[in-house]
Amino acid sequence: MPNEPKYFGEGLAYLKPFSVKGKLIVIEGTDGAGRSTQIALLKNWLEVRGYAVVETGWARSTLMHKSIELAKSGNIMDRMTFSLLYATDFADRLENQIIPALKSGHIVVADRYVYTAFVRDVVRKEDPQWIRNVFGFALVPDLVLYLKIDMDTLIPRAIESGGINYWEAGMDIHMGQDLFDSFVNYQSRLISEYDTLAKEFNFEVIDGTKMVDEIQEKIREKVKEIVGKPKAAVKLKEMSETKEEPKK
Amino acid sequence: MPIFDKKHDYPGKLIIVEGIDGSGKSTQIALLRKWLESQGFSVFFTEWNSSELVKETTKEGKKKNILTPTTFSLLHATDFADRLNYQIVPPLKAGMIVLADRYAYTAFARDVVRGVHPQWVRNLYSFAIKPDISFYFDVPINIACDRILSNRTQIKFHEAGMDLGFSADIKDSFRIFQSKILEEYKKMADEFSLTTIDATFEIHEQQEIVRDAVKEALKGYSKKRTIYAKRAKVFWRRFSVS
Repeated sequence: MPNEPKYFGEGLAYLKPFSVKGKLIVIEGTDGAGRSTQIALLKNWLEVRGYAVVETGWARSTLMHKSIELAKSGNIMDRMTFSLLYATDFADRLENQIIPALKSGHIVVADRYVYTAFVRDVVRKEDPQWIRNVFGFALVPDLVLYLKIDMDTLIPRAIESGGINYWEAGMDIHMGQDLFDSFVNYQSRLISEYDTLAKEFNFEVIDGTKMVDEIQEKIREKVKEIVGKPKAAVKLKEMSETKEEPKK
Repeated sequence: MPIFDKKHDYPGKLIIVEGIDGSGKSTQIALLRKWLESQGFSVFFTEWNSSELVKETTKEGKKKNILTPTTFSLLHATDFADRLNYQIVPPLKAGMIVLADRYAYTAFARDVVRGVHPQWVRNLYSFAIKPDISFYFDVPINIACDRILSNRTQIKFHEAGMDLGFSADIKDSFRIFQSKILEEYKKMADEFSLTTIDATFEIHEQQEIVRDAVKEALKGYSKKRTIYAKRAKVFWRRFSVS
């Protein structure tokens, strides 16, 4: 069942018309929400069921990776530059990775998506519309799973996983007296912005404070609803039901 | 969303030049700079696509030809945001005159020809500052092409819009690409009330018009002299240039 691509705004009008055969699944959540653990489990599960999975992650494009690292290491970014660097990274992955994969029927699992840019930008400035217009070229995902955690869970997890860095603490916008205070204020603001977006964009909110297995169970339930069963698996089942031996 | 239609309230002045390749805008802004400095003004010059932050990335993306119209546009917007923050706003706050060779209008023309949505790219740059005066050097395509094609042996791949596949011949492609950009500029001259200069006039004639317009725009502007500017003025006096 191929679909017409659906965009947030103006889309990518210069592309030749194409249809989307795969599905786009987004995992959102703050630092320490357990996104990568859950994505690894989900990817494995989907592959076992016969789906080809492409994983894509925030700031991981070949084009922008270096520029972003350079900018982050120097702490020299202002708000616009910050948002635009990530938007460029996203556009590169969308056109060179996500769309080709969806066209050929892959399931794309995205570790963070435009919503990450929305929350980070809105915390940095008042006008929420500009960043949404910027991402008017982005595809609307089929499913957004938001791993929600509270500050009591987030703080120890973030510290255990290598400490707090300048950007995770929102130090560029001076939200506290020191790194820790700024981190707490910044991440709390992000959580509350995620809550706003969850309503606006119909996120499936999943309690990220539960055990890994429980969370994964919930994720799979939601994913099942949109991917169904692969045709080959259905066929195999029919064949076994009619007592025919599958031929080589 | 309003597209930088609000006047800035910094003590400095922002003057920009626009036009297709071969319109002579860089020559004109260089002459304007000379004159302003000779008058004792503190001038800061900035040009399109020159920020260190994304320079390497843009270069590499162009070389490998992996840029899409959207990433091309976003990279230039990133460059602009970075320069706005580091090169344009600080001198304006310090009361200086900022001269910019190309501004957001370049993106509105080029990126739209590359295929991005006109409204999208306008929204993208809505954080820009409205210039105090925007010169548009209007030149017929044939004159621009003659200037570029006769002066330079090598036209760059993206300058010619070769990524768009208009023509396999670089000169043809350049002509087609620049004509399309010219159409976009013509539309914008009204949309953004650009000060249009007939770029078929002699260089010094154009410069006279430019200087008159700048004089008008600088009325009531209190110039900030730096030690450097004072020196420059003395230098020019010595050669009795008024």
